Amino acid sequence: MLVTKQNRLEARIREWVEQFGRDRSALLPILQEIQKKYTYISKHAMQVVAHELDIHPVEVYGVVTFYSFLSDKPQGKFVIRLCSTISCDMAGRDRVARQLQNDLGIKFGETTPDKKFSLEWSSCLGMCDQGPALLINDEIFTQVTPQKCHELLNECKKAFASHAVRQEADQ
Amino acid sequence: MWKKPSHSNPLTFSTIEPEKGMTEALRLSPAEIIENVKKSGMRGRGGAGFPTGMKWQFAAEAKDDAKIVVCNADEGEPGTFKDRYIIKIFGNLMIEGMTIAAYAIGAKRGIIYLRGEYSYLRPLLENLFEERRQAGKLGKNIQGIEGFEFDIEVRMGSGAYVCGEETALIESLEGQRGEPRNRPPFPVNTGFQGHSTIVNNVESFAWVACMFAKGINWFKSVGTDKSTGLKLFSVSGDCKQPGIYEFPLGIKVSKLLEAVGGEDAKAVQIGGAAGLLIPRSEYERTLAYEDIPTGGSIIVFGPDRDMLMVAKNFLEFFVHESCGQCTPCREGNEKLLEGIKMLEEGHCSMHYLNELIALGETMRLTSKCGLGQTSSNPFISVATHFRDEILGRTNLHVS
Ligand SMILES: Cc1cc2nc3c(=O)[nH]c(=O)nc-3n(C[C@H](O)[C@H](O)[C@H](O)COP(=O)(O)O)c2cc1C
Ligand code: SF4
Repeated sequence: MLVTKQNRLEARIREWVEQFGRDRSALLPILQEIQKKYTYISKHAMQVVAHELDIHPVEVYGVVTFYSFLSDKPQGKFVIRLCSTISCDMAGRDRVARQLQNDLGIKFGETTPDKKFSLEWSSCLGMCDQGPALLINDEIFTQVTPQKCHELLNECKKAFASHAVRQEADQ
Repeated sequence: MWKKPSHSNPLTFSTIEPEKGMTEALRLSPAEIIENVKKSGMRGRGGAGFPTGMKWQFAAEAKDDAKIVVCNADEGEPGTFKDRYIIKIFGNLMIEGMTIAAYAIGAKRGIIYLRGEYSYLRPLLENLFEERRQAGKLGKNIQGIEGFEFDIEVRMGSGAYVCGEETALIESLEGQRGEPRNRPPFPVNTGFQGHSTIVNNVESFAWVACMFAKGINWFKSVGTDKSTGLKLFSVSGDCKQPGIYEFPLGIKVSKLLEAVGGEDAKAVQIGGAAGLLIPRSEYERTLAYEDIPTGGSIIVFGPDRDMLMVAKNFLEFFVHESCGQCTPCREGNEKLLEGIKMLEEGHCSMHYLNELIALGETMRLTSKCGLGQTSSNPFISVATHFRDEILGRTNLHVS
């Protein structure tokens, strides 16, 4: 990471620490912000947070690796989480899963080389009466069909194209 | 983006005059509120069914000047989606209930622990808080009561089912891995950062507000003696009208199936992955704390469903969601899942199947928290009720 980027990360973390406080109970909110901004929580970020909260970096690592929405590896701009629960399973999630893999060219647990998409399984998304359901970042989609996958991915790509320039500048 | 349920029946929550429950309750003294909640017979709607009034009384008796009211909006039980609906449509009713609880136990601080999967509901909740602060319904001197101060914040989960367990939830709030604690001590004595804490389900808070609006006697008059009141059910799977339904507790499984168009079901999973699988022969049993207790998840399985695949799905879930803290749960679920794979391939002897069931019993007795204590339920149920379906498979079954 370039020094300027590193500095910016540190500055941001300090801002979040100001906002949420230095108490251990602020750890998850801070990590959630880092995750949202950077798509993952790097070793360096963990060290900075640990230093700010005066806890051992391993404590931070332990928390990051416990929660499935926190990642210690870079994820795509769009994280797709397909509900694996029985109701969505019965509604045809396997075919949606297959088609997502076909259209993205990656397997579950992987990220596309261009860092646009990550594909994950999720436990119940609470949309059981209208499965198969998936989350793309914070947005929920229901009654997804194999054919609809392509549309959803295209929407993401369009959104990505229009945001890419701004996001680059913002890193 | 908001999705309304596919189907529903009329819900009592939508007939309640806004703010009536809170206004009525706050006219009483804290002790009277608790007395009324106890009298109502209300038990927790999150699944475990602990008497709500009693929980509040323990917290009220605790000497602590930083008590906390936590609303459990982690709704992770497979097949449950009623809390999401309550937050979206009846969020104020839930907040009224939390405010009543705060007044009753003497808490100033409230936290809603919202699961990460529902992060799209966060702005809505924060808007509600702001509106209520403006209206003097959160903040200082609520409803003109001198010295009654209460405010709420949202804290997000991050995709861990076990954090719905109340002590894991508290660990998570404290910035730790969501590993359940030993109980006792209970959160009412030693909860968030050592302070007296009540944790109640979203629906529980909404019903409390509702019972003060409609009267304690009204609440008691529905349901059974031991399971008073109404309950929301999240219905999914093989039925004609999946969705959110309200029924009095004590309703028979058969009646519920009729209402949702699932009469031909060969089995119903009640209470989510951790719940019970009810075969056709037991459809006359009732949904009530004294018979089949439930947080409201109903998953219907049609005549053609492969029950082994159902058990497999649930076990994969538990293997993934076990916090790994204690051995019976961490290793036991893996072993049961291996057993499922053997059954799938047709390699499991009756002797080994019985061993696996015995392992499931051991997990129930020796696991630290509710997850490990219930995770063998689906396996044991399927192995008990559908033996002929799962034994002696040929490869034809393997897809
Ligand atoms: C593994 C596990 C997961 C749980 N998940 C939830 C949940 O998502 N929501 C909930 O309200 N209760 C959940 N509970 C039950 C809580 O521990 C607790 O009993 C409940 O929040 C108390 O509220 P109530 O008395 O109002 O039902 C869970 C329990 C266990 C063992
Ligand atoms: S029973 Fe399972 S989830 Fe509960 S504490 Fe033990 S390992 Fe963790």
